[in-house]
Amino acid sequence: MQFVVDGLLSGSMIGLGAIGVTLTYSILQFSNFAHGDLMSWGTYATLIVVNAILQIMGPVGPLGPLSFGWPLLLAMISGMALTGLLALAIDYVLFARLRQKSEMIIIVMASFGASMALRSFLEFLFTGQPTYFSHAIQIATPIGLGIRITPDQAVLLAMTAVLLLAVHLMITRTQTGRSMRAVSQNAALARVVGIDVKRVIRVTWLVGGALACFSGIMIGVLLQIRPTMGLDLTLPMFAAAILGGIGSIPGAVIGGLIIGLTEAVAVEQIGAEWRIAVSFVILIAVLFIRPTGLFGVQER
Amino acid sequence: MIDLVGYAAFFLTTVLIFSLIGLGLNLQWGLTGLFNAGIAGFVAVGAYVSALLTTPETPDHLGGFDLPIVLGWFGAMMAAAAAAALIGFATLRLKSDFLAITTFGVSMVVHLVVLNAQSITGGTFGIGFIPRPFASLVETPLYFNLGNLAVVTAVTLVVFFSLEHLAHSPWGRVLKALREDERAAISLGKNARFYRTQAFALGGGIMGLAGAVQAHFVGYIAPDNYLPTLTFQVWVMLVVGGSGSNLGVVIGSLIVWAIWAGSGAMTGMLFAPEQQAHAASLQLVAIGVMLCVILLVRPNGIFGGASQLRDKKRNSPKGADGAGPSSSSSTEANAPTDRMPISKKY
Repeated sequence: MQFVVDGLLSGSMIGLGAIGVTLTYSILQFSNFAHGDLMSWGTYATLIVVNAILQIMGPVGPLGPLSFGWPLLLAMISGMALTGLLALAIDYVLFARLRQKSEMIIIVMASFGASMALRSFLEFLFTGQPTYFSHAIQIATPIGLGIRITPDQAVLLAMTAVLLLAVHLMITRTQTGRSMRAVSQNAALARVVGIDVKRVIRVTWLVGGALACFSGIMIGVLLQIRPTMGLDLTLPMFAAAILGGIGSIPGAVIGGLIIGLTEAVAVEQIGAEWRIAVSFVILIAVLFIRPTGLFGVQER
Repeated sequence: MIDLVGYAAFFLTTVLIFSLIGLGLNLQWGLTGLFNAGIAGFVAVGAYVSALLTTPETPDHLGGFDLPIVLGWFGAMMAAAAAAALIGFATLRLKSDFLAITTFGVSMVVHLVVLNAQSITGGTFGIGFIPRPFASLVETPLYFNLGNLAVVTAVTLVVFFSLEHLAHSPWGRVLKALREDERAAISLGKNARFYRTQAFALGGGIMGLAGAVQAHFVGYIAPDNYLPTLTFQVWVMLVVGGSGSNLGVVIGSLIVWAIWAGSGAMTGMLFAPEQQAHAASLQLVAIGVMLCVILLVRPNGIFGGASQLRDKKRNSPKGADGAGPSSSSSTEANAPTDRMPISKKY
């Protein structure tokens, strides 16, 4: 049964990223190939802030049984903010200008170029070698049914649940969320009824960037930090967004969890090296059988 | 002097192989408007199929069928075209982004397979002893390089002129019609998905052929030759040359590869050996930024302007009727838009 925990964890990482993908797709109308690189940049930004805090404050003990202390939590918040700002900056420099004059597929191509530049710049700054938030080794505690979980994993899963609830409430209960849904359904009509589309776009980037950053930190804490971590998650994120149905946030999360759980089973049964193929097989199956995804609506 | 000629031949061969890949991409993107984000995958399929068909028998991996090179190239084309046809069939009825995402997935998965299916592809070790044309001349590098250049030039010319011919054939006109006004073309009874799948498959086949030609030119292939970097390089070459023009593809390949090789040589001189991997990533930053800047500033490519000049001339009689410069400038502004109506259909 261990695959349940492994699957939930990687499913959370994928699902959090897929929310950003699905939001950019439904509100800005393009698939952003650079979304994974926002994730890597956010993680490295968080790492830098953690190290800066430790430089200033001296060594800080971890919180209880966790491998990290309050510096990481503080850095996490600033990292999420920074990633949102980075997304806004890229939009300002590149995507917003292209939106005005170019066809959507040109923006997809530009996101491709941006992804290459962002990732290679990280490789230039930090080399391709993996780094870690902490080298502490965690003991997994059995919690019944043959499942073992480390304190880090449990806390990060709980934090994911809180974040998802917050995003869900924001989208369904606030005026901003209503505006976002309106723009994703019909941008022209939304503008006519006086919705500030530019503001909606800004919120989209901030939310997408922040969630990507959290997902990256999760990978960094549980696995390792590498410049290609975002590239490796790009295909699973797209597959999750399409499986869940483009534009649906619960769909993106459920799609992510399905892919995460399937990956965990495949890793147990076939071997870890075939992990990426799972997303591809699911993607192709969805495109053949139900291209609108689980919760998608038929496009107009 | 002789070294220089040899190097020039080697350099041009590489440029022409990139041009071949670019010609396949130009058929998919420039003529048909299909975004292929997994070029490296199709090139890898071609290279591996041809290598397996033509290498001498070996216990290390599957195959070694020892077939003639030409059969290997033919097989490479067929395999890559079949892969592209399947992907096209699955995604071309959907939004154009889905093709981009799926082809991106193809390149990831092809890389995964050639890396991990060691019994078929040799895994990380790759495949060696791929027969090279003019192998008997290898002692005199000059003749060897010139011979290879001649073969690659011949292949490129054949593909180039076939594509030029196809673009002006009824088949090419249907593709253009679909691109200009999809609804009108469909109302005339043209099956959009069918034609697009054909174009995508043919473009994929050309990429596979290019992969095979390169494999036989180098004599050795390994999974890491086919990373996303390759996809980017070809895209930049196409965009620099101005998508839509086959000649632009060749010129773009020449320029971008000259910049690439030149900056590679410069980093070799400027940086200490242990820092060169470091500097190579800056090269990739530059190529990514270059792609974005061209898309922002000159979406028709550096040489894309030439064909527009001709369009303007053709439009000028209309301009005399009073619409004037505004009409020609509006055609210019709309040019990238006109190329891609499929994304508008939903």
